[in-house]
Amino acid sequence: MSLTISDVERVAKLARLELSASEGAATVTQLNGILAFVEQLQAVDTTGIEPMTHAVELVQRLRPDFVGETDHRAAFQAIAPETELGLYLVPKVIE
Amino acid sequence: MNELINASLRDISRALTERRLSAVELATLFLERIERLNPTFNAFITVEPDKTLAQARAADARLASGNAGPLVGIPLAYKDIFCTKGMLTSCGSNMLSNFVAPYDAHVVEQLSNAGIVNLGKLNMDEFAMGSSTESSFFGPTKNPWDVTRVPGGSSGGSAAAVAARLAPVALGTDTGGSIRQPAAMCGLTGIKPTYGIVSRYGMVAYASSLDQGGPMAKSAADCALVLNGIAGFDQRDSTSLDRPAEDYTRALGYSIKGLRIGLPREFFADGMDDEVRFAIDEALNVYRSLGAELVQVDLPNSELSVPAYYVVAPAEASSNLSRFDGVRYGYRAPEYRDLGELYSRSRAQGFGAEVKRRIMVGTYVLSHGYYDAYYLKAQKLRRLIAEDFRNAFAHCDVIMGPTSPFVAFPIGAKTDDPVQMYLSDIYTVSTNLAGLPGLSIPCGFGAGNLPVGLQILGPWFDEARMLGIAHQYQQQTDWHLRMPGGVA
Amino acid sequence: MSMLINGYEVVIGLETHAQLQTQSKIFSGASIAFGAAPNVQACAVDIALPGVLPVLNREAVVCAIKFGLAVGATIAPRSIFARKHYFYPDLPKGYQISQFEAPVVSGGGLDCQVGAGDTAIRKHVRLTRAHLEEDAGKSLHEDFHGRTGIDLNRAGTPLLEIVTEPDMRSSAEAVAYARALHALVRWIGICDGNMQEGSFRCDANVSVRRPGAELGTRREIKNLNSFRFLQQAVDYEIEWQINELEEGRAIQQATVLFDPDTGETRAMRSKEDAHDYRYFPDPDLLPLAISPEWIASVKSGLPELPQSLRHRLVTEYGLSDYDAAILTAQREMADFFLRAVTIAGSTNAKSLANWLQGEVAARLNREEREFDKVPISPEQLAGLVLRIADQTISNSIGRKVFDALWQHSGDSADEIIEKQGFRQITDSVAVERLIDEVLAANVKSVEEFRAGKEKAFNALVGQVMKATKGTANPQQVNALLLAKLKE
Repeated sequence: MSLTISDVERVAKLARLELSASEGAATVTQLNGILAFVEQLQAVDTTGIEPMTHAVELVQRLRPDFVGETDHRAAFQAIAPETELGLYLVPKVIE
Repeated sequence: MNELINASLRDISRALTERRLSAVELATLFLERIERLNPTFNAFITVEPDKTLAQARAADARLASGNAGPLVGIPLAYKDIFCTKGMLTSCGSNMLSNFVAPYDAHVVEQLSNAGIVNLGKLNMDEFAMGSSTESSFFGPTKNPWDVTRVPGGSSGGSAAAVAARLAPVALGTDTGGSIRQPAAMCGLTGIKPTYGIVSRYGMVAYASSLDQGGPMAKSAADCALVLNGIAGFDQRDSTSLDRPAEDYTRALGYSIKGLRIGLPREFFADGMDDEVRFAIDEALNVYRSLGAELVQVDLPNSELSVPAYYVVAPAEASSNLSRFDGVRYGYRAPEYRDLGELYSRSRAQGFGAEVKRRIMVGTYVLSHGYYDAYYLKAQKLRRLIAEDFRNAFAHCDVIMGPTSPFVAFPIGAKTDDPVQMYLSDIYTVSTNLAGLPGLSIPCGFGAGNLPVGLQILGPWFDEARMLGIAHQYQQQTDWHLRMPGGVA
Repeated sequence: MSMLINGYEVVIGLETHAQLQTQSKIFSGASIAFGAAPNVQACAVDIALPGVLPVLNREAVVCAIKFGLAVGATIAPRSIFARKHYFYPDLPKGYQISQFEAPVVSGGGLDCQVGAGDTAIRKHVRLTRAHLEEDAGKSLHEDFHGRTGIDLNRAGTPLLEIVTEPDMRSSAEAVAYARALHALVRWIGICDGNMQEGSFRCDANVSVRRPGAELGTRREIKNLNSFRFLQQAVDYEIEWQINELEEGRAIQQATVLFDPDTGETRAMRSKEDAHDYRYFPDPDLLPLAISPEWIASVKSGLPELPQSLRHRLVTEYGLSDYDAAILTAQREMADFFLRAVTIAGSTNAKSLANWLQGEVAARLNREEREFDKVPISPEQLAGLVLRIADQTISNSIGRKVFDALWQHSGDSADEIIEKQGFRQITDSVAVERLIDEVLAANVKSVEEFRAGKEKAFNALVGQVMKATKGTANPQQVNALLLAKLKE
């Protein structure tokens, strides 16, 4: 499997990374290098092997339903790029 | 003073509790060293002397009250991946170059309560993605043993700071070797605990199922003491293990006699530099002389650990780094026409090249039509790798081998070839995939007087014994006390 | 009966988001209370600060188990949380924590009643699954200098997404199912059902096809927050799709929004990108384990379910299917009925049902109140029904007593009857004495009656009833008066 420039552009779009025309070609080469490297995995027969998602074989611990958080809006919004009336602002979203 | 910068934490702690030394004096000593030497090594991103000294004064007050624990007044520096309230937490990235964290990480809370004095925040590969600390937005960190070379990574700032004696101990994180490999390249002792021992709360996530924080110090004994301070259950991390508290110094007196050391055939095959092989063989001889038995074991899937890792880690990273979008905190591009551009430009300008590469790889392997071939396949390999270790530990108590196939390499040597850089992790990533504890101790020097690290891997929750095994070696050798020229 | 519209069969599946009635969010300790100032209930986890981690709220899982039990579904002993990725400003992490391959609840189904009265039919809708997930924040599009404001208070609110099979064939069926589901989630206490506040919202997948053909391409109508909008949106969509096909245009899969002002649907701009959510198991959350013991303990705390109660109302209390369906449409009404009927006795079940569906429902409707705000108690209504049954008061006095009960709760029916002197006069001697007085005072009417004017009799009855302030039994008055006049 080898990526084309349009594959890379699709992935960059999914990942919301602006890709300049000059970066495109180099990125294709690098990503293909990495994917060729990980391609080794295909050589192993993994039939019947359960995928391993976590490093520990435990189950989820549950939290009691309790409101323990207080308002930190001022502190959180002190480091925000743009806020008004307690809201985070972004360019107009068209639904 | 030279004695003090090379002293063990226990000795420093004794001097503090006996009031032969004040925490302020100690902090001042290191702050002065940082001011003088950091420009050479670029180990620190942030130093705030006023805050450090305020914490030192508070520590002195506790010391004066007479019932201070072993960490009160000990200066420590954090990899810049740990959130520190009111202090820049950049993760080595332009994306977070303005991020003053509004909260403390669990380990920072723990250590603050234990009386640790925060010396500052340490340089790292951007978002912990790298093996050389060259990808930092704040410039590369230099190896104190040779400033033309890398300190390893991603916790290279932590390694360089301790190696240059700018801090007696530092915290790092290890997702695929990021504590052990720079520890090896800088002549330090560093331990990555079993996954789940150290809370990840407040540690900026790279690859959540692999990340684990741990100490980097001169000796195993120092690591054990600091691990006592950071290990433990945290209900804010669902993967934190709810186990009884342990004293990681309890097995420092462990006898090596009868210890079965497993040597994986695959770790000793081709690929390791001769100078590294020589130092490792010497270290194994020391263990043999202490009564250990060396047995050969197999980790048949270990050579696939790097490709498996470079699917799993980028997949998780691509997801974890989605939150950096220029909306609520962090970098926002100065110019954009609409929301789409706000996102794509903030992210393109906020992230460096390697981070973007891994986000792209991760996005690709999770995307429609490729998930099974890459991500699922890698997760299956992950199980095989973990099972290899289980089988190996049926025949030995610990596994030993090199931490890195080579000593510290020149700055720039591998930056153009991502895959060559990834292969630096050949001996370390399998540990993270399996969730096992691993540590690295200095065991000699290769060409150019560059340190070599011996890696010790153990079964789950075996940290105390592993630290004991490392400590016994450090009772016989003095590699861990060697300092780079020009830092004294 | 034919369900075809212009020769097309309609196929509808619903995805409903029910906000779960917990105190705190699904993965953080922030409050989910409605109406707070923007972002004050958005904690570090909710705004996705770097380094924060989710921990699952136990109560949200309990809600999912309750639901699974109530619809006869399979509750997974092990289910998995997954990350669903997309970029949107109200989605702080850039992914939503949801469940994908291994949801907590699978299968099951729900019966609903389509139509009303005698023509009502029972419809069974199969459920595909129900899974736990977190809600997103809110985007406020009113003008902030041409920018959008983001409020993350709602981010992380626990949701149960309930997905049906494409079993519905008309907007009426879709609405009937949605109503039944709405009643059920409130019945078992997992969702307050407040649709204005967005606690219960439906997405409708609509397609049309020629009978027997493959399923048509569907369009998904998002975020319908009232039954009326659901009906209107689906009807519009059906008509639009049929029209497109008739005009020779193929339907493109799309996500659409319903505009209540125009009554039309339109494709969402923000969803134009091909979806590639890149689901994968969330490494921050371990598998959710639910033991048979846990399920059993949740089950023991569940109320009797509507279906079982409906059956019991018919067999034990002799109510009609329709009455039973109405009474079990709301948990509060059913509970009210059950308490009242234990006092009034099962012989008065029908009368209680009539009062609840008649006077009580009408009053609530007039006052725009929900049943949970009903100002009278089951004890009061039972007391009233008993006094009518034993003829202490007449039906018409009953309505006056009901009025009084509605105005000043507190008093029992008996107390009101006593205080207001509503007790029906059944003592014939007393009634005869009053009749004598009326006859003496209305000589003219008596003469007219005797002269053959039937209307005069009614006037005399009216006078007697007036004299008794309506507390006499009209039949008794009739009989006694007639006897007197014929003396």
